[in-house]
Amino acid sequence: MLQITRSPQVFDVVVVGSGAGGGTAVKILTDQGFSVALLEAGPMLNPAKDFKEHVLPYQVDHRGAFEHAEMYFGRQPKAFGYFSAPNGNWTLPGEPYTVAPGSEWRWFRSRVIGGRTNHYGRISLRFSDYDFQPEDGLSDAWPVTYDEMSPWYDKAEGFIGVTGTKEGLRTAPDGNFLPPIPPRVHETLIQRSCRKLNIPCIPSRMAMLTKSIHGRAACHYCGQCGRGCFTASAFTSSQAMIFPAMKTGKLTMFTGAMARELVADGSGKVTAVSYVDKATRTERQVRCRAVVVAASACESARLLLNSKSPRFPDGIGNSSGMVGRNLTDSVGYSASGYVPALSGMPRHNSDGIGGMHVYVPWWLYGDKQKDFPRGYHIEIGGGFEMPMLGSFAGQCARHEGYGKALKDKIREEYGAFVHFAGRGEMLPNKDSFCDIDPQRVDAWGIPVLRFHFAWSEAEIKQVRHMEQTFASIIETMGGQVMGRQAEPQRAISTGGMIIHEAGTVRMGSDPKTSALNQYCQSHDVKNLFVCDAAPFVNQPDKNVTLSIVAFAWRASEYLAEEMRKGNV
Amino acid sequence: MSEEGVRSQETGDRSLGTRRDLLIRIGAAVSLAAGAELLPAQEAQHVHQAVAQDKAAGPYKPKGLTAHEYATLQRLADLIIPADEHSKGALEAGAADFIDFLCASSDDMRDIYTGGLAWLDEQMKHRYNGKDFLGALPAQQTAMLDLIAWRKNESPELNPGIHFFTWARRMVAEGFYTSPIGMKELRYMGNSAMAEFSVPQAALDYALKRSPLV
Repeated sequence: MLQITRSPQVFDVVVVGSGAGGGTAVKILTDQGFSVALLEAGPMLNPAKDFKEHVLPYQVDHRGAFEHAEMYFGRQPKAFGYFSAPNGNWTLPGEPYTVAPGSEWRWFRSRVIGGRTNHYGRISLRFSDYDFQPEDGLSDAWPVTYDEMSPWYDKAEGFIGVTGTKEGLRTAPDGNFLPPIPPRVHETLIQRSCRKLNIPCIPSRMAMLTKSIHGRAACHYCGQCGRGCFTASAFTSSQAMIFPAMKTGKLTMFTGAMARELVADGSGKVTAVSYVDKATRTERQVRCRAVVVAASACESARLLLNSKSPRFPDGIGNSSGMVGRNLTDSVGYSASGYVPALSGMPRHNSDGIGGMHVYVPWWLYGDKQKDFPRGYHIEIGGGFEMPMLGSFAGQCARHEGYGKALKDKIREEYGAFVHFAGRGEMLPNKDSFCDIDPQRVDAWGIPVLRFHFAWSEAEIKQVRHMEQTFASIIETMGGQVMGRQAEPQRAISTGGMIIHEAGTVRMGSDPKTSALNQYCQSHDVKNLFVCDAAPFVNQPDKNVTLSIVAFAWRASEYLAEEMRKGNV
Repeated sequence: MSEEGVRSQETGDRSLGTRRDLLIRIGAAVSLAAGAELLPAQEAQHVHQAVAQDKAAGPYKPKGLTAHEYATLQRLADLIIPADEHSKGALEAGAADFIDFLCASSDDMRDIYTGGLAWLDEQMKHRYNGKDFLGALPAQQTAMLDLIAWRKNESPELNPGIHFFTWARRMVAEGFYTSPIGMKELRYMGNSAMAEFSVPQAALDYALKRSPLV
C-alpha cells in the first residue's frame, strides 16, 4: 500500500490556492495569529527574476517571439506573451481537461504564487444592489445584500488600493477610492463622444496606486502592469498579501503541491488535505482544523467533486448537487476603430497605468427598449503603446504593398487606433457546468474536469448591442470601425476566454439548492470554506476579483471568529 | 516637425526622463516601501543593467540562413521598410538578423524562409535570364514585389510567393519597429518614469480640433 506522509503539525487552516481569494485568507488568518499552511500547485514567485516590466523588445534576441519563435506559430509558453508576468496558460503539460461534444470551452489556469493576480487587468468594480438581489427574477438571489457587503468592499479597496471617483451611479457603486488618473487624449475623445450619445464614461477603477499605501510605492506610470511590478504599485496577492504573511512566522508554504482530496473524518469534518508533491510525485497530507479552498472556481469544484467517501458519495459539500453547476464566464466582444483626428498627433508618453484610465459602466439598467436582459461594461484601449511583435501585423495585412508608402502609413497611424471590449453578464443556464470526466486522469492520477457550456440567446443579443454601441462611439468621434463585423453568434467570445469563471460552488440560503452559506462556508461541512469566484450566484457585468477579495475577507474573519468560539 | 519638443515643454517638469532615472527612482521607491517583501534596490539595478547599456554592435553572422539567403533577406528588408528622410530603414535596424535568429532556433521558421527565398530566386531566374533576386536590377526586384505584395494577384503561380511575402513583410516590420531605430522612428516615449501622469495640452488640442467633437 502507498505510504502517505502526514504532516506532524496540525495547522489551524490549510489554504488551497494563492490567488486573490487564497491570498486574502492567508493575510487575514495570519494577521489574527492563526497557523496557516498554503498549498500552491505552482512554484514560488521571484519578482526580481520573473518580472520584465522595463525590458524593451530589442533587449531580447527573439524580441518576445520566445526562444523557438513559438509566438509566430500560436504555441507560446505564456499565454499573454514573453514579457507577461508568470501566469499560466490555456494548456498545462500533464494537466488536461475535456470538453463535452457540442460544447466549446477554454480553461485558463495559473500555477504560481499569486496566481492570476500577478498579471490580471486589475479592473476593480463593486457589484450593484440588483446584482445581489435581481429584480428581474432571471437568476437566484444571493444570501447577502449590497449593504451587507459594502463595508467589506471598503476594506478590500482600502487594502489593495483602487482608483476612482464618486459618481453616484446605481450600476457602478462608489467606493473607497484613491485619486483617479487623468484621461489620455483618445480617452478624452471617447468621453466626449459618449457624452453626445448619453453614455457615461467615467474614471476607471483600477487596483494601481496613485499614491503610496501600506508600504507599497506609488505608481511610476511605466505602463506595463501586466508584466508584474517591482514596486508592487499594481496589486498582486503575492506581493501585497503572501510575502508579508511569510514574515509573520505563521505561514508555512507548500509549493508544487497539487491538492488531490479533502480528507474527512467519521463526523464529516475535514481533517487533512491530501496533495501530490509534484517534485517527488509522492502523496502527502497536511493536517488542519479548517480548510479554505481557493483554487479558482472550476479547480475548487474539481477538488470537492474528487473528495468522495461513503459519507460524501457525490463529493464533499455536495449534498445539494450544485458543485460544478451554474458555470458562467463574462460575455466578451471587442472592436477597434481608426480615428483620423488622432493621426499625426504630437508625440508624448501616454503609457500611464497598464490599462484604461476611463471606462463605460452599464447605463441602461431598467431600460424597457432593449431586447436582452442584464448588461455590460466597456473597457477602452489605445494610445502610443510600446511597439511589440504583433503590433503591426494588422497594418501590414490591411495596407499590403511595401516600401515608403507602407512606412508612411504605419507612422501616420501610430497611436490613432482605439479599442473597445465589452464585458457582459451571462445568465447561469442548465447547459453550462463542469463535472468529473469518468475516463481521464491527469499526470498525478487525479480525475480531470469535463466542461459543458452554451451561450443563450440573451448573450448573443447582448453582443449585437455591444457591436452597435462601439460603432456609434467610434463614428461619433469621426472614426471608422476596423474590419468586417462577424455575426454575433460568431463574434461572441468562446466560453472561458474572458477568464472570469464563476458559480461552480454557489452560495445560497437554502442548503437544498446551494453548497455554501453567506460566509462561503459549506452547508454540509462546517470547517470547509470556498473563497474564490465559485461561490458567486451569478456573473454580474463587473469583473470578479474585487468581490473575491471582499467575500474572502468576510469569510476569513467569520472563520477566525468561529474558531475562537470553538464552533469550528 | 512641429510636434518636436512637445515632450520637454509639456512634460519636462513632470517626466523624470531617462531610463537611468527610472531605475534610480524605483530603487528609492523600493527602499521607502519598508515592511513589504519587495525587490532590493541593487537587484532592481542588476536586472535592468542591460537597459542602460547599448548592446555591443559587431557585424552579424547568420546562424540559421546561408550567407546568400541572409543577403537576399537583407535586400528584402531594405525594400520593405526603406530608409527615408525620417529615419534609417529595416536593413540598418537589423530586421534580417532578428529573422535569421529565429530561423536558427525554429525549424518551422527556417522552412518558411529557405523555401520562400528559393522560390523567389527560381522565379527571378526564370524571368530574368538566370539572374537570382540579388543579381537582378532594382527595377526587376520591385517588379517581382509588385506581384507578390498584393492579395489581388493571387493565382496558383504566385500564391507561394504571396504567402512568403506576407510572412517577410510582417516580420521585417516587426523587427524594424521593435528595434532602437524603429522605436525612434515612431517616437515611442513610454516605459519611463513619471511622478504623475499628465497629457500635453498641445496634443489634446491637436486631436480635438481635428475631431467633430469640439
